[in-house]
Amino acid sequence: MSELINKVTQLLNDKTIDVFIGYEKGSADRIRAAFARTAEQAAKLVYTASCTQNLAGYLMKHEVKKLGKPGLLANVAALRSIMQLASEFQVKDGEVYVLFANADGSFTEFTSFASIEAYLGTTDVGIKSDEQEMIARLEAMSVQERWLFWNKEFDKCIKCYACRAACPMCYCHRCTTDVNQPQWIPVASHERGNLDYHLMRAMHLAGRCVNCGECANACPMDIPLNLLTYQLIDPIKNTFGATAGMKADAVYALSTYKPDDKENFII
Amino acid sequence: MQEFEPKIVAFVCNWCTYAGADLTGTSRIKYSANVKIIRFPCTGRIDFMILMKAFENGADGIIVSGCHPNDCHYSTGNFHARRRWIVFRNLLNFTGIETERIQFSWVSAAEGFKWADVVNNTVKKIKEMGPNENYKKIAVSTLFNEEEIINE
Repeated sequence: MSELINKVTQLLNDKTIDVFIGYEKGSADRIRAAFARTAEQAAKLVYTASCTQNLAGYLMKHEVKKLGKPGLLANVAALRSIMQLASEFQVKDGEVYVLFANADGSFTEFTSFASIEAYLGTTDVGIKSDEQEMIARLEAMSVQERWLFWNKEFDKCIKCYACRAACPMCYCHRCTTDVNQPQWIPVASHERGNLDYHLMRAMHLAGRCVNCGECANACPMDIPLNLLTYQLIDPIKNTFGATAGMKADAVYALSTYKPDDKENFII
Repeated sequence: MQEFEPKIVAFVCNWCTYAGADLTGTSRIKYSANVKIIRFPCTGRIDFMILMKAFENGADGIIVSGCHPNDCHYSTGNFHARRRWIVFRNLLNFTGIETERIQFSWVSAAEGFKWADVVNNTVKKIKEMGPNENYKKIAVSTLFNEEEIINE
């Protein structure tokens, strides 16, 4: 912990960064995101086993952008988020200082995108086994059973948009949800509007999702919405050979094409 | 009892399938009248949200059709569309929406016969599948919900 605080204090003092995004103690036993701009604020930073939130989402919030050059305490998901944001021209090499938390509690500096890419190349970035099981269980169901399953799940949705706010890839200034001419997504949280919203979100994240799971973590109604985007990862990898958030100069799978892309449903 | 007549919406590209459908007409080829054709500049313009809106508004089936690969008026529109459909079909299948209700096809401006076949076969398939009950149910529950909200 003192290693982290010393490092951040030094970075803030020598003006390498203007704000450091890390974790601090929240109310009760909770951990919350912290934005340290001074040495006093940096002294409150903590790093424990419960610090699992993907903080990269904050890089795209305009309130945070205003604070100046950011430093970020990153986990694997955050590293991938930064890579994906870089491939979408949202962050430039050298604009973000990345401090990576290793599993043994030590910290590694990543000064360039190339070093992050090299690290990710040697890391397991797949989805968790319980999530894989859940997807396999759903895929084994009949179409009608899946419809009823998701209908029941989406019925719980209260349209709070916490999933959108937590997602590091949902950074559009004007989301399709907010558009009212035409009104793509009904405002009320009824079955039809919820289905629309979640399909729209999954489709807009297809090929961009870095499987951090923040959407499902943020959901107050415990909808497993991360599965929607997770199950698209394999088809996109197998059909187009693309995995999100691995390379800073990657091309988004759906904004490119190959003349010989294979499909079996177009007559 | 009256036979079920499905409502089919066809989203077609201006340059190939729309002209192809025109050829079907000028060639005096008869085909099912269940289809309502909506013209788009290119298949690349046909957003997945538009297909969802068609289902919501009572479509039992959808046809999406455009130029053959390498024939796109804008060079790459149909290639991009093809990738999008591959992903979208995966998502629909995972959320339990019958992908068979959406028929994708390539119909060029010279394929008047093919267009008639595509429409007739789709209508036949959707007649066998029956009305889009799943979507109709949520549309009905939505109406009640909206009334409730207004009354509140």
